[in-house]
Amino acid sequence: MANAPARVAHLQTPRQRLESVIQIARAHASEVDCENRFPAETFEALKRARLLGVMIPAQYGGDSLSLADIVDMCGALGQACASSAMIFAMHQIKVSSLVTHGTESAWHIDFMKRVAAEQLLLGSATTEGGIGGDLRSSICAIERDGAIFRLVKEANVISYGRQSDAILITARSHSGAASSDQVMAVVLRDQYALEKTIDWDTLGMRGTCSEGFRFTCEAPAEQIFPHPFAEIAAQSMLAMAHLMWGGVWFGIAADAVARAQAYLRAEARKRPGEKPPGAIRLAETVGVLQEMKSVIVSGISAYERAKLRDEELSSVGFSVAMNNVKVTTSQAAADIVRDVLLINGIYGYRNDSPYSVARHMRDALSAAIMINNDRILGNTSNLLLVSKFDTSLVA
Amino acid sequence: MDKIRAILDQFGKLKVPASSLAPDADLYDAGLTSFASVQLMLGLEEAFDVEFPESMLNRKTFSSIAAINRAIGEITRAAA
Repeated sequence: MANAPARVAHLQTPRQRLESVIQIARAHASEVDCENRFPAETFEALKRARLLGVMIPAQYGGDSLSLADIVDMCGALGQACASSAMIFAMHQIKVSSLVTHGTESAWHIDFMKRVAAEQLLLGSATTEGGIGGDLRSSICAIERDGAIFRLVKEANVISYGRQSDAILITARSHSGAASSDQVMAVVLRDQYALEKTIDWDTLGMRGTCSEGFRFTCEAPAEQIFPHPFAEIAAQSMLAMAHLMWGGVWFGIAADAVARAQAYLRAEARKRPGEKPPGAIRLAETVGVLQEMKSVIVSGISAYERAKLRDEELSSVGFSVAMNNVKVTTSQAAADIVRDVLLINGIYGYRNDSPYSVARHMRDALSAAIMINNDRILGNTSNLLLVSKFDTSLVA
Repeated sequence: MDKIRAILDQFGKLKVPASSLAPDADLYDAGLTSFASVQLMLGLEEAFDVEFPESMLNRKTFSSIAAINRAIGEITRAAA
């Protein structure tokens, strides 16, 4: 009966399989944060529960899960350990590039099968020193040599780079290409070398281990995606990222609200007949949490509608809508946790109380700077010079 | 098309002069960014006295000189 657990894993839905992972993530969340380390226990459990390939089509060995299912999983995991949830989200964003743009090349289809079968963890190297955080611009360039390519990138952030099984990396398509003429390639762990250049010691999201590296690789050219990165970014990556991140941030906020409720209930029990002073603030905060949920759910529907038509997916109006999902959910998460801090008072502020939201606060504050909101608002304000808001209330 | 090329040179921030581009050459490959494409739209609206409807505000409409020419043609015909 050596394969019994695997058989059980197939009987349950992916969301059911996630439950045991959530327990493990919650049990180690504080340790991961304090020790500034990768949530290894969560990812061993995710691999055991076969949850890393869930977005991959069933014909290639995955579960064909929809974006809505994945965002829900991000939110559920985010309630337990924000670092685990963010790594899970970043991995699924990379998987979504394969699912959306990798089905026309034999190599990428085979790789997708490997991700599902071997539960490979995918990392991302899209940012580069000297660029200032604009992922749609590269300095480094692919150097082709017959059937292989070489690349050296000063990647100032590769989250969980040392734990990734493969890294999806962007670069200019050739040495003479414009900075925006980029391609993306999948590079396997035994094809690249990482030389650490920057440590990861931050306020929050400490478990993501988003260290900087000099990335050097040599790999077959067929591992480069056939479509330009501009298309991958516009048609799947940005929207998926903003919605999955939104799910993670929603998870942080939802767990903070649950802690406020638990605190207020305990207070109310101690003093029957009296309403705790923070109760009215909780009512207000739950309203903001509900708004946040609506923004994510309607954003997912907008993506599902848009993906049926290429022009819609690459439209200015859709970009504005997805930018707004990112800015509003990232702000709401921090606002909600700050309000819970007021409700729970010293019990929320302490690190060692069951009503603590100290880690939540630190984790939530990363949201506004993960692709800085000011950069996104600058981009949106440019788009709004030509685009009008869709005032229809029909989904 | 020459008028479109002149506006491309002014607002497109391409890495080559627009006169060197074939009508169907991909403008994004030539270095057109999403920021510059909005400036280009505004320049075209001013020069041709048109307004691009929301349905035309996508990547395809501004992907080549020929595509821009077609879009402007469509708007002018619809207005006539």
